[in-house]
Amino acid sequence: MRSHLKGLVLAGLTSSTALFATGAMAVEIEYWQYYFDARVDAMETLIENFEAANPDITVTMTHFPYADYRTKVAAAIPAGEGPDVVQLFYGWLNDYVEAELIQPLPADSFPAARIDAEFFPMVQAMKDGDAYWALPTAVRSLALFYNERLFEEAGIESPPETLVELLDAAEKLTKRDGAGNITQVGITAGMTAQDHHWWREGLVRQYGGEPYLDDYKTVNYNTESGLAALDFYTNLFMNENPVSAIGFMDEPQAAFKAGRAGMHIDGSFRIGSLDGTRGLKWGVTELPSGLDGARSNYSSYWVNAITTKAEGEKYDAAVKFMEYITSDEAMQIWLDTVGELPAKPSVGMTEANANDDVFGPFIRGLAYAHTTKFANESGQRQLMVEMVERIQLEGMDLAESLAIAAEAEQKLLDEYYSD
Amino acid sequence: MYRNLTIRQKQIVWAWAFLAIPVLFYTVIRFYPTGNAILISFQNWNLLGSRTWAGLENYEKLWNDPVFWKVFQNTFVYLLLGTPISLVLSFIIAYHLDKLRFMHGFLRMLYFLPFMTSAVAMAWVWRWFYQDVPIGLFNNILAGFGIPQIKFLQSTTNALPAVLAPAVWAGLGFQVIIFMAGLRAIPTSYYEAAKIDGVGWWTVLTQITIPLLRPTIVFIVVFSSIGFLRIFDHVFNMTTNNPGGPLNATKPLVLMIYDTAFNGFDMGYAAAQTVVLFTILLIVSLIQLRLLRST
Repeated sequence: MRSHLKGLVLAGLTSSTALFATGAMAVEIEYWQYYFDARVDAMETLIENFEAANPDITVTMTHFPYADYRTKVAAAIPAGEGPDVVQLFYGWLNDYVEAELIQPLPADSFPAARIDAEFFPMVQAMKDGDAYWALPTAVRSLALFYNERLFEEAGIESPPETLVELLDAAEKLTKRDGAGNITQVGITAGMTAQDHHWWREGLVRQYGGEPYLDDYKTVNYNTESGLAALDFYTNLFMNENPVSAIGFMDEPQAAFKAGRAGMHIDGSFRIGSLDGTRGLKWGVTELPSGLDGARSNYSSYWVNAITTKAEGEKYDAAVKFMEYITSDEAMQIWLDTVGELPAKPSVGMTEANANDDVFGPFIRGLAYAHTTKFANESGQRQLMVEMVERIQLEGMDLAESLAIAAEAEQKLLDEYYSD
Repeated sequence: MYRNLTIRQKQIVWAWAFLAIPVLFYTVIRFYPTGNAILISFQNWNLLGSRTWAGLENYEKLWNDPVFWKVFQNTFVYLLLGTPISLVLSFIIAYHLDKLRFMHGFLRMLYFLPFMTSAVAMAWVWRWFYQDVPIGLFNNILAGFGIPQIKFLQSTTNALPAVLAPAVWAGLGFQVIIFMAGLRAIPTSYYEAAKIDGVGWWTVLTQITIPLLRPTIVFIVVFSSIGFLRIFDHVFNMTTNNPGGPLNATKPLVLMIYDTAFNGFDMGYAAAQTVVLFTILLIVSLIQLRLLRST
């Protein structure tokens, strides 16, 4: 209602200025994002609504394949071409700020105090001092997917709520052939998928640790808690009766999709690809809680920011556009079209959304989610992958492998932040 | 002015007029980027900001990077395993195929088919062949006989040969065709003379066939060496989730460059690696060219 009123007021204002300023040109701003079907559809709807409320502003959307995105943005903005509002991965923010490609959001329209209060807490990773550099329309988190048919078959009544229950359920769900080879895993495993997030921000915290210190500049998981978390994780596939296997059916999500895995931890973006899989009846629940009931989750997101190219009336138009795409209405549209979660509790925690069978567990997870500030996500993931490989393939001691990973990650972070 | 030129000079002008297009093309497409890559290797650049001078920092980092030395070693293992194996295999196949008349064309086509197949599609099919039960072809066969599972891709020792096998197989068809052309080019009179002298097949093979195939062999060695030194698509597609893994056991230099440049956005470091690869390729090619000349 409020945004509707605002739209009316804006429309009134613009029509009156149009009356006085004869021949005034409509402002045209450009929006860039990477190409993904549903995201483009959602943005088209948002632009349509925005233009209806602001007849003097036209928004043109350009999208690129993910692989070309960074190069195009980097080449265009310094040349005075390209987007006024740009979408970028939260982990790239530092690079964009340092390259002076984006400018902070104006404090009068986006006061930090209000955003702190209105958005889910992990969005604060985008704050620098008193100003926000960028804001998301939607966020993603992790949850536990489970196969309902396999649960029924194994006689498990309800999805696991704690890590202990998780192990118990996984044991019941695991199947082996005559030679002892696993033919169905209780839970999928693999740091290459989402497990490295689950380990970092989930397990390490649930075992009482704090994976990083100093705003994610110092590695802090080479501790008792880190070791306990690693022990829990490697036990899934390395004890005498493993309930999982790394690389089982090539990829964790493939095993789950094929109905050969009882449980699978993955992000909200997996919903779309699981929906409508023939023969698969799946449910989803919050990540299991730790020993003392502690819950923790990981959240990531793409943000929108105003580029340094936007000046004068284009800047004003860009601010208005930013206001709209971070509004409650936009978030609901994004959830309905893309399936990504609203970035504000006011939209996410509505009765309908928070209790939704599918989105609910993810949205409830946002309340206790952490966002890792990556310097190089794939590089940092690789270190987690290798940490497990050293233990599994080379028989290295858990503590030693953990120490090597921590040291290597610290080196990577130091190099990144020293530039 | 053109009128006053001699015919010889006019010929030169025309020659250059036509040559200008490829020369310009090569300057823009090859020489400029090559020079630029060498320049970037002495700088720090994350694709977004400005380039800053780094001196020899990137090369120092490379020298002290254990991953680089592992990758360097892998690249040569690909070369030193791949080239001889594919050379011997393709020669044996071509040698026998050449003697065969029955279904000759059909068999030749079968050998050539993998060469025409997309490397990406092939790598994925092989990747699935290599899985454990319940989906892997090889391990399912083993399990059928009660033999324990073999870890193909999930092993630091088996992964590299497992990735190399389809790459060798894919290149085989081309090499077989080249070898057969080489075999056909040997004058039959040598063989007739050998027959009259009553020489055995082994002597014929080692004294006539192989020496006369030398240009063909050198060509194939040069060609496949460059191919194995630049191996990328097979490795990347068979290990996408953990590129070059496990524990960098299969990572070739090209994959490290790709990863540094487009996942780490460390263009300077990636360029330094590229310069090293360029130097290796140059040296290997020069050595092989020298061998070719001595014939």
